[in-house]
Amino acid sequence: MKTSYAFALAGAALVVLALAPMFIPEYWTGVLLGMTGYVTLATAWALFSGPTRYVSLATVAFFGVGAYTVAVLNEVMPYPLVLLCAAGIGMVMALVVGLSTLRLAGVYFVIFTFGLAELVRQTVSWWEVNVTYTMGRYVFLPFEGRHIYWQLLALAALTFLIAWAMGRSRIGLALKALGDDETVASHAGVDVTRIKLLLFVISSTIITLVGAIQAPRWTYIEPSIVFNPTVSFMTLIMALLGGAMRLWGPLVGAVPLFLLFEWLSVSFPDHFSIILGLLFILIVFVMPNGVLAKIDDLRKGGRA
Amino acid sequence: MLEHVVNGLVLGGTYALVAMGLTIQYGIARIMNLSFGDTIIAACFATYVLFTSLSISPILALLILVPSGYALSNVVYRVIMKPLVARAPDEGALEVDSILVTFGLLFVIQGILLYLFGGGYTSYSFFNTPINVLGTVVAGNRLLALVLSLMIGAALVIILFRTRWGMILRAVALAPKSAPLFGIDTDRAARTAFAIGGAIAATGGVVISMFQTFTATAGVVFTMKALIVVILGGKGSVPGAIVAGLLLGLVETFVAAYVDPGLTLAAVYTVFLLLLLVRPNGIFGKA
Repeated sequence: MKTSYAFALAGAALVVLALAPMFIPEYWTGVLLGMTGYVTLATAWALFSGPTRYVSLATVAFFGVGAYTVAVLNEVMPYPLVLLCAAGIGMVMALVVGLSTLRLAGVYFVIFTFGLAELVRQTVSWWEVNVTYTMGRYVFLPFEGRHIYWQLLALAALTFLIAWAMGRSRIGLALKALGDDETVASHAGVDVTRIKLLLFVISSTIITLVGAIQAPRWTYIEPSIVFNPTVSFMTLIMALLGGAMRLWGPLVGAVPLFLLFEWLSVSFPDHFSIILGLLFILIVFVMPNGVLAKIDDLRKGGRA
Repeated sequence: MLEHVVNGLVLGGTYALVAMGLTIQYGIARIMNLSFGDTIIAACFATYVLFTSLSISPILALLILVPSGYALSNVVYRVIMKPLVARAPDEGALEVDSILVTFGLLFVIQGILLYLFGGGYTSYSFFNTPINVLGTVVAGNRLLALVLSLMIGAALVIILFRTRWGMILRAVALAPKSAPLFGIDTDRAARTAFAIGGAIAATGGVVISMFQTFTATAGVVFTMKALIVVILGGKGSVPGAIVAGLLLGLVETFVAAYVDPGLTLAAVYTVFLLLLLVRPNGIFGKA
Protein backbone atom coordinates (compact mmCIF):
# COMPACT_ATOMS: atom_id res chain seq x y z
CA MET A 1 0.00 0.00 0.00
CA LYS A 2 2.62 2.47 1.13
CA THR A 3 4.78 1.84 -1.92
CA SER A 4 1.93 2.37 -4.34
CA TYR A 5 1.07 5.69 -2.66
CA ALA A 6 4.69 6.76 -2.93
CA PHE A 7 4.72 5.79 -6.59
CA ALA A 8 1.52 7.70 -7.29
CA LEU A 9 2.95 10.73 -5.54
CA ALA A 10 6.26 10.52 -7.41
CA GLY A 11 4.40 10.04 -10.70
CA ALA A 12 2.21 13.09 -10.05
CA ALA A 13 5.26 15.17 -9.16
CA LEU A 14 6.91 14.02 -12.37
CA VAL A 15 3.90 15.06 -14.45
CA VAL A 16 3.76 18.48 -12.79
CA LEU A 17 7.48 18.97 -13.36
CA ALA A 18 7.19 17.85 -16.97
CA LEU A 19 4.35 20.30 -17.64
CA ALA A 20 6.05 23.17 -15.82
CA PRO A 21 7.93 24.62 -18.86
CA MET A 22 4.55 25.38 -20.51
CA PHE A 23 3.60 27.78 -17.74
CA ILE A 24 6.80 29.31 -16.42
CA PRO A 25 9.14 31.81 -18.09
CA GLU A 26 12.15 30.63 -20.09
CA TYR A 27 14.58 31.64 -17.33
CA TRP A 28 12.95 29.37 -14.76
CA THR A 29 12.96 26.48 -17.20
CA GLY A 30 16.71 26.98 -17.32
CA VAL A 31 16.90 26.88 -13.53
CA LEU A 32 14.77 23.72 -13.41
CA LEU A 33 17.00 22.19 -16.07
CA GLY A 34 20.19 22.87 -14.11
CA MET A 35 18.56 21.63 -10.94
CA THR A 36 17.37 18.39 -12.53
CA GLY A 37 20.89 17.89 -13.89
CA TYR A 38 22.40 18.18 -10.42
CA VAL A 39 19.70 16.07 -8.77
CA THR A 40 20.54 13.32 -11.26
CA LEU A 41 24.29 13.75 -10.77
CA ALA A 42 24.02 13.67 -6.98
CA THR A 43 21.67 10.67 -6.98
CA ALA A 44 23.86 8.76 -9.41
CA TRP A 45 26.92 9.65 -7.35
CA ALA A 46 25.27 8.42 -4.16
CA LEU A 47 24.20 5.22 -5.89
CA PHE A 48 27.83 4.09 -5.81
CA SER A 49 29.57 6.20 -3.17
CA GLY A 50 26.82 6.04 -0.55
CA PRO A 51 26.73 2.34 0.28
CA THR A 52 30.34 1.54 -0.60
CA ARG A 53 31.80 4.66 1.10
CA TYR A 54 34.25 4.96 -1.78
CA VAL A 55 34.37 8.72 -2.31
CA SER A 56 34.46 9.32 -6.04
CA LEU A 57 35.99 12.65 -7.01
CA ALA A 58 35.74 11.99 -10.73
CA THR A 59 32.18 13.09 -11.44
CA VAL A 60 33.27 15.75 -13.90
CA ALA A 61 35.58 13.34 -15.72
CA PHE A 62 32.52 11.33 -16.80
CA PHE A 63 30.26 14.35 -17.16
CA GLY A 64 32.84 16.03 -19.40
CA VAL A 65 33.39 12.92 -21.48
CA GLY A 66 29.65 12.79 -22.14
CA ALA A 67 29.45 16.42 -23.16
CA TYR A 68 32.56 16.22 -25.29
CA THR A 69 31.40 13.10 -27.08
CA VAL A 70 28.29 14.97 -28.17
CA ALA A 71 30.43 17.89 -29.28
CA VAL A 72 32.57 15.63 -31.45
CA LEU A 73 29.85 13.40 -32.89
CA ASN A 74 26.78 15.66 -33.17
CA GLU A 75 27.32 16.41 -36.84
CA VAL A 76 28.12 12.91 -38.04
CA MET A 77 25.45 10.79 -36.37
CA PRO A 78 21.77 11.00 -35.44
CA TYR A 79 21.25 12.22 -31.88
CA PRO A 80 20.09 8.95 -30.24
CA LEU A 81 23.17 7.18 -31.58
CA VAL A 82 25.36 9.96 -30.19
CA LEU A 83 23.85 9.47 -26.74
CA LEU A 84 24.42 5.73 -27.04
CA CYS A 85 28.06 6.32 -27.98
CA ALA A 86 28.52 8.68 -25.03
CA ALA A 87 27.03 6.11 -22.65
CA GLY A 88 29.26 3.42 -24.14
CA ILE A 89 32.42 5.50 -23.73
CA GLY A 90 31.50 6.37 -20.15
CA MET A 91 30.87 2.72 -19.42
CA VAL A 92 34.22 1.60 -20.82
CA MET A 93 36.05 4.30 -18.91
CA ALA A 94 34.29 3.27 -15.69
CA LEU A 95 35.24 -0.36 -16.34
CA VAL A 96 38.91 0.53 -16.78
CA VAL A 97 39.00 2.69 -13.65
CA GLY A 98 36.95 0.20 -11.65
CA LEU A 99 38.85 -2.92 -12.69
CA SER A 100 42.20 -1.37 -11.80
CA THR A 101 41.23 0.20 -8.46
CA LEU A 102 38.15 -1.35 -6.90
CA ARG A 103 39.79 -4.56 -5.74
CA LEU A 104 42.23 -2.46 -3.69
CA ALA A 105 41.66 -0.39 -0.57
CA GLY A 106 39.33 2.57 -0.96
CA VAL A 107 42.07 5.15 -0.78
CA TYR A 108 43.58 4.05 -4.09
CA PHE A 109 40.26 4.57 -5.77
CA VAL A 110 39.93 8.06 -4.30
CA ILE A 111 43.42 9.01 -5.42
CA PHE A 112 42.83 7.64 -8.88
CA THR A 113 39.57 9.52 -9.32
CA PHE A 114 41.06 12.69 -7.82
CA GLY A 115 43.31 13.32 -10.81
CA LEU A 116 41.18 11.60 -13.42
CA ALA A 117 39.33 14.71 -14.62
CA GLU A 118 42.58 16.60 -15.04
CA LEU A 119 44.10 13.65 -16.89
CA VAL A 120 41.16 13.36 -19.29
CA ARG A 121 41.09 17.13 -19.82
CA GLN A 122 44.79 17.28 -20.64
CA THR A 123 44.64 14.23 -22.87
CA VAL A 124 41.62 15.51 -24.81
CA SER A 125 43.29 18.93 -25.21
CA TRP A 126 46.47 17.28 -26.42
CA TRP A 127 44.54 15.12 -28.88
CA GLU A 128 42.64 18.09 -30.28
CA VAL A 129 45.72 20.26 -30.66
CA ASN A 130 48.06 17.64 -32.08
CA VAL A 131 45.88 15.18 -33.94
CA THR A 132 42.67 16.86 -35.07
CA TYR A 133 43.96 20.45 -35.01
CA THR A 134 40.73 21.79 -33.54
CA MET A 135 40.44 23.58 -30.23
CA GLY A 136 36.83 24.06 -29.24
CA ARG A 137 33.82 22.63 -31.01
CA TYR A 138 30.27 23.73 -31.73
CA VAL A 139 27.12 21.85 -30.89
CA PHE A 140 24.26 22.60 -33.27
CA LEU A 141 21.25 20.60 -32.25
CA PRO A 142 17.68 21.82 -32.68
CA PHE A 143 16.95 21.74 -28.94
CA GLU A 144 15.43 24.40 -26.76
CA GLY A 145 15.85 24.49 -23.02
CA ARG A 146 12.67 22.55 -22.39
CA HIS A 147 13.68 19.70 -24.72
CA ILE A 148 16.89 19.23 -22.77
CA TYR A 149 14.95 19.56 -19.55
CA TRP A 150 12.54 16.77 -20.51
CA GLN A 151 15.39 14.46 -21.39
CA LEU A 152 17.08 15.17 -18.07
CA LEU A 153 13.82 14.65 -16.21
CA ALA A 154 13.42 11.25 -17.84
CA LEU A 155 16.97 10.35 -16.91
CA ALA A 156 16.39 11.54 -13.34
CA ALA A 157 13.26 9.38 -13.08
CA LEU A 158 15.19 6.41 -14.44
CA THR A 159 17.99 7.01 -11.94
CA PHE A 160 15.55 7.06 -9.03
CA LEU A 161 13.92 3.91 -10.32
CA ILE A 162 17.28 2.14 -10.52
CA ALA A 163 18.23 3.33 -7.04
CA TRP A 164 14.87 2.22 -5.66
CA ALA A 165 14.94 -1.19 -7.34
CA MET A 166 18.53 -1.66 -6.21
CA GLY A 167 17.54 -1.05 -2.60
CA ARG A 168 14.99 -3.88 -2.76
CA SER A 169 16.98 -6.46 -4.65
CA ARG A 170 19.55 -9.01 -3.58
CA ILE A 171 22.21 -6.58 -4.72
CA GLY A 172 20.79 -4.02 -2.32
CA LEU A 173 21.04 -6.49 0.53
CA ALA A 174 24.59 -7.36 -0.43
CA LEU A 175 25.34 -3.64 -0.55
CA LYS A 176 24.03 -3.05 2.92
CA ALA A 177 26.23 -5.85 4.21
CA LEU A 178 29.16 -4.44 2.28
CA GLY A 179 28.67 -0.96 3.70
CA ASP A 180 28.46 -2.27 7.26
CA ASP A 181 31.51 -4.49 7.10
CA GLU A 182 33.30 -5.45 3.93
CA THR A 183 35.22 -8.35 5.44
CA VAL A 184 32.10 -9.91 6.90
CA ALA A 185 30.23 -9.41 3.62
CA SER A 186 32.90 -11.15 1.59
CA HIS A 187 32.94 -14.06 4.05
CA ALA A 188 29.19 -14.32 3.76
CA GLY A 189 29.63 -15.00 0.07
CA VAL A 190 29.16 -11.53 -1.40
CA ASP A 191 31.35 -10.98 -4.42
CA VAL A 192 32.47 -7.58 -3.14
CA THR A 193 34.54 -6.43 -6.11
CA ARG A 194 31.93 -7.39 -8.69
CA ILE A 195 29.15 -5.52 -6.93
CA LYS A 196 31.28 -2.44 -6.50
CA LEU A 197 32.25 -2.57 -10.15
CA LEU A 198 28.66 -3.00 -11.29
CA LEU A 199 27.49 -0.03 -9.23
CA PHE A 200 30.35 2.15 -10.32
CA VAL A 201 29.65 1.42 -13.98
CA ILE A 202 25.92 2.17 -13.63
CA SER A 203 26.56 5.36 -11.69
CA SER A 204 29.25 6.58 -14.09
CA THR A 205 27.15 5.84 -17.16
CA ILE A 206 24.30 7.96 -15.80
CA ILE A 207 26.74 10.78 -15.01
CA THR A 208 28.13 10.57 -18.54
CA LEU A 209 24.61 10.81 -19.94
CA VAL A 210 23.86 13.91 -17.86
CA GLY A 211 26.87 15.56 -19.47
CA ALA A 212 25.84 14.38 -22.92
CA ILE A 213 22.27 15.63 -22.61
CA GLN A 214 23.35 19.01 -21.28
CA ALA A 215 25.94 19.53 -24.02
CA PRO A 216 23.62 21.45 -26.41
CA ARG A 217 23.17 24.09 -23.68
CA TRP A 218 26.69 25.37 -24.21
CA THR A 219 26.69 25.62 -28.02
CA TYR A 220 30.46 26.16 -27.83
CA ILE A 221 32.45 23.49 -26.03
CA GLU A 222 36.10 23.19 -25.15
CA PRO A 223 37.84 20.94 -22.61
CA SER A 224 38.27 23.62 -19.94
CA ILE A 225 34.51 24.31 -19.97
CA VAL A 226 33.19 20.77 -19.66
CA PHE A 227 35.91 19.46 -17.31
CA ASN A 228 35.34 22.11 -14.67
CA PRO A 229 36.21 20.56 -11.26
CA THR A 230 33.46 22.60 -9.57
CA VAL A 231 30.94 20.10 -11.00
CA SER A 232 32.52 17.22 -9.05
CA PHE A 233 32.64 19.35 -5.97
CA MET A 234 29.03 20.53 -6.13
CA THR A 235 27.75 17.02 -6.75
CA LEU A 236 29.64 15.80 -3.72
CA ILE A 237 28.33 18.58 -1.45
CA MET A 238 24.74 18.06 -2.54
CA ALA A 239 24.81 14.31 -2.01
CA LEU A 240 26.46 14.68 1.38
CA LEU A 241 24.16 17.44 2.60
CA GLY A 242 21.08 15.35 1.91
CA GLY A 243 22.66 12.07 2.93
CA ALA A 244 24.27 9.69 0.47
CA MET A 245 22.84 6.61 2.15
CA ARG A 246 19.20 7.44 1.46
CA LEU A 247 17.20 7.32 -1.74
CA TRP A 248 15.86 10.87 -1.46
CA GLY A 249 18.91 12.29 0.31
CA PRO A 250 20.72 13.66 -2.76
CA LEU A 251 17.47 15.28 -3.96
CA VAL A 252 16.94 16.97 -0.62
CA GLY A 253 20.50 18.28 -0.75
CA ALA A 254 20.58 19.24 -4.41
CA VAL A 255 17.50 21.45 -4.64
CA PRO A 256 18.33 24.07 -1.98
CA LEU A 257 22.05 24.00 -2.71
CA PHE A 258 21.51 24.48 -6.44
CA LEU A 259 19.44 27.60 -5.77
CA LEU A 260 21.99 28.81 -3.24
CA PHE A 261 24.88 28.28 -5.68
CA GLU A 262 22.95 29.96 -8.46
CA TRP A 263 22.55 33.03 -6.24
CA LEU A 264 26.13 32.88 -4.92
CA SER A 265 27.71 32.62 -8.36
CA VAL A 266 25.87 35.76 -9.44
CA SER A 267 26.33 37.73 -6.21
CA PHE A 268 29.87 36.68 -5.29
CA PRO A 269 31.53 35.46 -8.51
CA ASP A 270 35.03 36.11 -7.16
CA HIS A 271 34.54 34.36 -3.85
CA PHE A 272 32.42 31.49 -5.11
CA SER A 273 34.90 28.68 -4.61
CA ILE A 274 35.99 29.98 -1.19
CA ILE A 275 32.39 30.05 0.06
CA LEU A 276 31.76 26.65 -1.50
CA GLY A 277 34.79 25.17 0.26
CA LEU A 278 33.88 26.62 3.65
CA LEU A 279 30.29 25.47 3.32
CA PHE A 280 31.47 21.99 2.49
CA ILE A 281 33.81 21.81 5.48
CA LEU A 282 30.91 22.95 7.65
CA ILE A 283 28.64 20.21 6.29
CA VAL A 284 31.24 17.52 6.97
CA PHE A 285 31.53 18.82 10.53
CA VAL A 286 27.92 19.41 11.44
CA MET A 287 26.10 16.64 9.62
CA PRO A 288 28.44 13.96 8.34
CA ASN A 289 25.49 11.68 7.51
CA GLY A 290 23.34 14.29 5.87
CA VAL A 291 20.39 16.41 6.83
CA LEU A 292 17.82 13.58 6.73
CA ALA A 293 19.78 11.54 9.26
CA LYS A 294 20.19 14.68 11.35
CA ILE A 295 16.43 15.24 11.40
CA ASP A 296 15.92 11.61 12.45
CA ASP A 297 18.43 12.08 15.25
CA LEU A 298 16.73 15.24 16.45
CA ARG A 299 13.34 13.53 16.43
CA LYS A 300 14.63 10.61 18.43
CA GLY A 301 16.39 13.01 20.77
CA GLY A 302 13.14 14.94 21.23
CA ARG A 303 11.17 11.84 22.14
CA ALA A 304 13.68 10.43 24.57
CA MET B 1 70.31 13.03 -23.17
CA LEU B 2 72.43 13.94 -20.15
CA GLU B 3 70.62 17.25 -20.02
CA HIS B 4 67.33 15.41 -19.61
CA VAL B 5 68.77 13.19 -16.89
CA VAL B 6 69.88 16.25 -14.93
CA ASN B 7 66.53 18.02 -15.44
CA GLY B 8 64.68 14.84 -14.54
CA LEU B 9 66.66 14.52 -11.33
CA VAL B 10 65.92 18.15 -10.45
CA LEU B 11 62.21 17.66 -10.96
CA GLY B 12 62.32 14.25 -9.27
CA GLY B 13 64.17 15.72 -6.31
CA THR B 14 61.38 18.20 -5.67
CA TYR B 15 58.76 15.45 -6.10
CA ALA B 16 60.60 13.28 -3.61
CA LEU B 17 60.74 16.19 -1.19
CA VAL B 18 57.06 17.07 -1.31
CA ALA B 19 56.04 13.40 -1.29
CA MET B 20 57.98 12.98 1.94
CA GLY B 21 55.76 15.65 3.44
CA LEU B 22 52.63 13.91 2.26
CA THR B 23 53.75 10.48 3.37
CA ILE B 24 54.54 11.82 6.85
CA GLN B 25 51.07 13.39 7.09
CA TYR B 26 49.37 10.23 5.89
CA GLY B 27 51.57 7.69 7.64
CA ILE B 28 51.75 9.35 11.06
CA ALA B 29 48.82 11.76 11.35
CA ARG B 30 46.60 9.41 9.27
CA ILE B 31 45.26 12.39 7.34
CA MET B 32 44.91 11.95 3.59
CA ASN B 33 45.51 15.58 2.66
CA LEU B 34 44.07 16.46 -0.74
CA SER B 35 44.87 20.15 -0.23
CA PHE B 36 48.60 19.38 -0.06
CA GLY B 37 49.32 20.58 -3.59
CA ASP B 38 47.46 23.81 -2.97
CA THR B 39 49.64 24.41 0.08
CA ILE B 40 52.62 24.05 -2.26
CA ILE B 41 51.12 26.51 -4.74
CA ALA B 42 50.32 28.96 -1.94
CA ALA B 43 54.01 28.85 -0.97
CA CYS B 44 54.96 29.41 -4.64
CA PHE B 45 52.87 32.60 -4.72
CA ALA B 46 54.16 33.72 -1.33
CA THR B 47 57.74 33.37 -2.61
CA TYR B 48 56.78 35.25 -5.75
CA VAL B 49 55.34 38.14 -3.73
CA LEU B 50 58.31 38.25 -1.37
CA PHE B 51 60.74 38.22 -4.29
CA THR B 52 59.08 40.65 -6.67
CA SER B 53 57.64 43.23 -4.29
CA LEU B 54 60.01 43.05 -1.30
CA SER B 55 63.02 41.67 -3.24
CA ILE B 56 63.64 38.98 -0.65
CA SER B 57 65.61 36.13 -2.21
CA PRO B 58 63.87 32.72 -2.27
CA ILE B 59 66.61 31.33 -0.02
CA LEU B 60 65.73 33.86 2.65
CA ALA B 61 62.05 33.29 1.90
CA LEU B 62 62.56 29.72 3.09
CA LEU B 63 63.38 31.08 6.54
CA ILE B 64 60.04 32.89 6.61
CA LEU B 65 57.79 30.45 4.78
CA VAL B 66 58.89 27.14 6.27
CA PRO B 67 58.08 28.19 9.86
CA SER B 68 54.84 29.75 8.59
CA GLY B 69 53.95 26.48 6.85
CA TYR B 70 54.62 24.64 10.11
CA ALA B 71 52.59 27.06 12.20
CA LEU B 72 49.65 27.26 9.80
CA SER B 73 49.44 23.48 9.42
CA ASN B 74 49.59 23.16 13.18
CA VAL B 75 46.60 25.49 13.47
CA VAL B 76 44.74 23.66 10.68
CA TYR B 77 45.30 20.39 12.52
CA ARG B 78 44.09 21.78 15.84
CA VAL B 79 41.01 23.48 14.38
CA ILE B 80 39.88 21.16 11.60
CA MET B 81 41.52 17.76 11.90
CA LYS B 82 41.52 17.19 15.67
CA PRO B 83 37.69 17.14 16.01
CA LEU B 84 37.52 14.64 13.14
CA VAL B 85 40.15 12.41 14.74
CA ALA B 86 38.28 12.61 18.04
CA ARG B 87 34.92 11.60 16.59
CA ALA B 88 36.10 8.91 14.13
CA PRO B 89 35.12 5.44 15.34
CA ASP B 90 37.83 3.77 13.24
CA GLU B 91 40.61 4.46 10.79
CA GLY B 92 38.39 4.06 7.74
CA ALA B 93 35.95 6.71 8.92
CA LEU B 94 38.80 9.13 9.61
CA GLU B 95 40.16 8.49 6.14
CA VAL B 96 36.84 9.35 4.49
CA ASP B 97 36.32 12.42 6.70
CA SER B 98 39.85 13.70 6.10
CA ILE B 99 39.48 13.21 2.36
CA LEU B 100 36.24 15.20 2.34
CA VAL B 101 37.45 18.01 4.58
CA THR B 102 40.74 18.50 2.77
CA PHE B 103 38.87 18.43 -0.53
CA GLY B 104 36.87 21.39 0.79
CA LEU B 105 40.06 23.04 2.00
CA LEU B 106 41.50 22.65 -1.50
CA PHE B 107 38.73 24.80 -2.92
CA VAL B 108 39.15 27.40 -0.17
CA ILE B 109 42.92 27.78 -0.75
CA GLN B 110 42.50 27.71 -4.53
CA GLY B 111 39.69 30.26 -4.32
CA ILE B 112 41.81 32.63 -2.23
CA LEU B 113 44.74 32.30 -4.66
CA LEU B 114 42.49 32.86 -7.67
CA TYR B 115 41.01 35.93 -6.01
CA LEU B 116 44.41 37.39 -5.14
CA PHE B 117 46.46 36.47 -8.21
CA GLY B 118 44.03 35.46 -10.96
CA GLY B 119 44.29 32.31 -13.04
CA GLY B 120 47.29 33.18 -15.22
CA TYR B 121 50.72 31.56 -15.39
CA THR B 122 53.15 33.14 -12.94
CA SER B 123 56.91 32.99 -12.69
CA TYR B 124 59.88 35.10 -11.73
CA SER B 125 63.49 35.09 -12.77
CA PHE B 126 65.97 34.20 -10.06
CA PHE B 127 69.57 32.97 -10.38
CA ASN B 128 69.15 32.13 -14.04
CA THR B 129 72.90 31.86 -14.76
CA PRO B 130 73.91 28.84 -16.84
CA ILE B 131 76.18 26.42 -15.04
CA ASN B 132 78.19 23.65 -16.64
CA VAL B 133 77.49 20.22 -15.18
CA LEU B 134 79.24 17.18 -16.62
CA GLY B 135 79.35 18.76 -20.05
CA THR B 136 75.75 20.02 -20.19
CA VAL B 137 74.47 23.44 -19.30
CA VAL B 138 71.90 23.69 -16.54
CA ALA B 139 70.22 26.82 -15.18
CA GLY B 140 71.59 27.77 -11.79
CA ASN B 141 68.15 27.89 -10.19
CA ARG B 142 67.48 24.27 -11.12
CA LEU B 143 70.75 23.16 -9.63
CA LEU B 144 70.05 25.14 -6.50
CA ALA B 145 66.59 23.55 -6.32
CA LEU B 146 68.13 20.08 -6.48
CA VAL B 147 70.74 20.87 -3.83
CA LEU B 148 68.11 22.36 -1.52
CA SER B 149 65.75 19.40 -1.99
CA LEU B 150 68.54 16.95 -1.24
CA MET B 151 69.73 18.87 1.81
CA ILE B 152 66.28 19.26 3.32
CA GLY B 153 65.36 15.69 2.47
CA ALA B 154 68.54 14.41 4.10
CA ALA B 155 67.93 16.54 7.18
CA LEU B 156 64.47 15.04 7.45
CA VAL B 157 65.76 11.49 7.15
CA ILE B 158 68.32 12.17 9.87
CA ILE B 159 65.66 13.64 12.15
CA LEU B 160 63.33 10.72 11.59
CA PHE B 161 65.87 7.94 11.95
CA ARG B 162 68.50 9.33 14.30
CA THR B 163 66.67 11.38 16.93
CA ARG B 164 64.37 10.50 19.79
CA TRP B 165 61.77 12.79 18.31
CA GLY B 166 61.89 10.92 15.02
CA MET B 167 61.67 7.61 16.81
CA ILE B 168 58.46 8.73 18.53
CA LEU B 169 56.96 9.69 15.17
CA ARG B 170 57.97 6.38 13.61
CA ALA B 171 56.54 4.49 16.56
CA VAL B 172 53.16 6.16 16.03
CA ALA B 173 53.28 5.36 12.33
CA LEU B 174 54.10 1.72 13.00
CA ALA B 175 51.76 0.98 15.90
CA PRO B 176 49.32 3.79 16.64
CA LYS B 177 47.47 1.72 19.23
CA SER B 178 50.50 0.51 21.17
CA ALA B 179 52.39 3.80 21.13
CA PRO B 180 50.38 5.32 24.03
CA LEU B 181 51.29 2.31 26.18
CA PHE B 182 54.90 3.48 26.02
CA GLY B 183 54.00 6.96 27.18
CA ILE B 184 53.84 8.51 23.73
CA ASP B 185 51.40 11.36 23.27
CA THR B 186 49.92 10.25 19.94
CA ASP B 187 47.83 13.36 19.58
CA ARG B 188 50.89 15.53 19.83
CA ALA B 189 52.84 13.26 17.49
CA ALA B 190 50.04 13.47 14.90
CA ARG B 191 49.92 17.24 15.20
CA THR B 192 53.68 17.53 14.82
CA ALA B 193 53.65 15.19 11.82
CA PHE B 194 50.91 17.17 10.11
CA ALA B 195 52.77 20.42 10.77
CA ILE B 196 56.06 18.98 9.47
CA GLY B 197 54.17 17.96 6.33
CA GLY B 198 52.95 21.53 5.94
CA ALA B 199 56.48 22.87 6.45
CA ILE B 200 57.75 20.52 3.74
CA ALA B 201 54.96 21.58 1.40
CA ALA B 202 56.06 25.19 1.95
CA THR B 203 59.68 24.22 1.27
CA GLY B 204 58.61 22.43 -1.89
CA GLY B 205 56.66 25.48 -3.01
CA VAL B 206 59.64 27.79 -2.58
CA VAL B 207 61.95 25.38 -4.40
CA ILE B 208 59.54 24.69 -7.26
CA SER B 209 58.74 28.37 -7.80
CA MET B 210 62.45 29.02 -8.47
CA PHE B 211 62.45 27.14 -11.76
CA GLN B 212 58.85 26.45 -12.81
CA THR B 213 55.88 28.52 -13.85
CA PHE B 214 52.80 27.92 -11.71
CA THR B 215 49.09 28.72 -11.71
CA ALA B 216 46.55 29.01 -8.92
CA THR B 217 44.81 25.86 -10.16
CA ALA B 218 47.91 23.65 -10.47
CA GLY B 219 47.57 22.29 -6.92
CA VAL B 220 45.56 19.24 -7.98
CA VAL B 221 48.35 18.04 -10.24
CA PHE B 222 50.97 18.43 -7.50
CA THR B 223 48.82 16.56 -4.99
CA MET B 224 48.26 13.86 -7.57
CA LYS B 225 51.96 13.44 -8.29
CA ALA B 226 52.86 13.46 -4.63
CA LEU B 227 50.19 10.84 -3.95
CA ILE B 228 51.46 8.65 -6.76
CA VAL B 229 55.00 8.94 -5.45
CA VAL B 230 53.80 7.98 -1.97
CA ILE B 231 52.03 4.89 -3.28
CA LEU B 232 54.87 4.04 -5.63
CA GLY B 233 57.32 4.17 -2.75
CA GLY B 234 55.07 2.38 -0.31
CA LYS B 235 52.79 4.19 2.09
CA GLY B 236 54.72 5.80 4.94
CA SER B 237 58.16 4.88 3.58
CA VAL B 238 60.56 7.82 3.35
CA PRO B 239 63.34 6.06 1.38
CA GLY B 240 60.65 4.73 -0.96
CA ALA B 241 59.35 8.25 -1.54
CA ILE B 242 62.84 9.45 -2.50
CA VAL B 243 63.46 6.68 -5.03
CA ALA B 244 59.93 6.89 -6.45
CA GLY B 245 60.09 10.69 -6.67
CA LEU B 246 63.32 10.63 -8.65
CA LEU B 247 61.89 7.93 -10.90
CA LEU B 248 58.73 9.91 -11.60
CA GLY B 249 60.74 13.05 -12.34
CA LEU B 250 62.87 11.15 -14.85
CA VAL B 251 59.85 9.54 -16.53
CA GLU B 252 58.15 12.91 -16.84
CA THR B 253 61.19 14.69 -18.25
CA PHE B 254 61.87 11.96 -20.79
CA VAL B 255 58.25 11.84 -21.94
CA ALA B 256 58.26 15.64 -22.27
CA ALA B 257 61.53 15.54 -24.22
CA TYR B 258 60.98 12.58 -26.53
CA VAL B 259 57.21 12.13 -26.79
CA ASP B 260 55.23 15.27 -26.07
CA PRO B 261 55.12 17.73 -23.16
CA GLY B 262 51.30 17.58 -23.23
CA LEU B 263 51.35 13.91 -22.28
CA THR B 264 53.34 14.06 -19.05
CA LEU B 265 50.31 13.62 -16.83
CA ALA B 266 49.15 10.72 -18.98
CA ALA B 267 52.59 9.14 -18.55
CA VAL B 268 52.43 9.64 -14.79
CA TYR B 269 49.00 8.01 -14.74
CA THR B 270 50.23 5.09 -16.81
CA VAL B 271 53.00 4.49 -14.28
CA PHE B 272 50.37 4.60 -11.54
CA LEU B 273 48.05 2.21 -13.35
CA LEU B 274 50.84 -0.29 -14.02
CA LEU B 275 51.85 -0.08 -10.40
CA LEU B 276 48.31 -0.73 -9.17
CA LEU B 277 48.11 -3.79 -11.37
CA VAL B 278 51.53 -5.21 -10.50
CA ARG B 279 52.54 -4.04 -7.03
CA PRO B 280 49.65 -2.35 -5.22
CA ASN B 281 51.71 -2.03 -2.04
CA GLY B 282 54.49 -0.04 -3.67
CA ILE B 283 58.05 -0.84 -4.65
CA PHE B 284 59.18 -0.95 -1.03
CA GLY B 285 55.84 -1.76 0.56
CA LYS B 286 55.10 -4.93 2.43
CA ALA B 287 52.08 -6.96 1.48
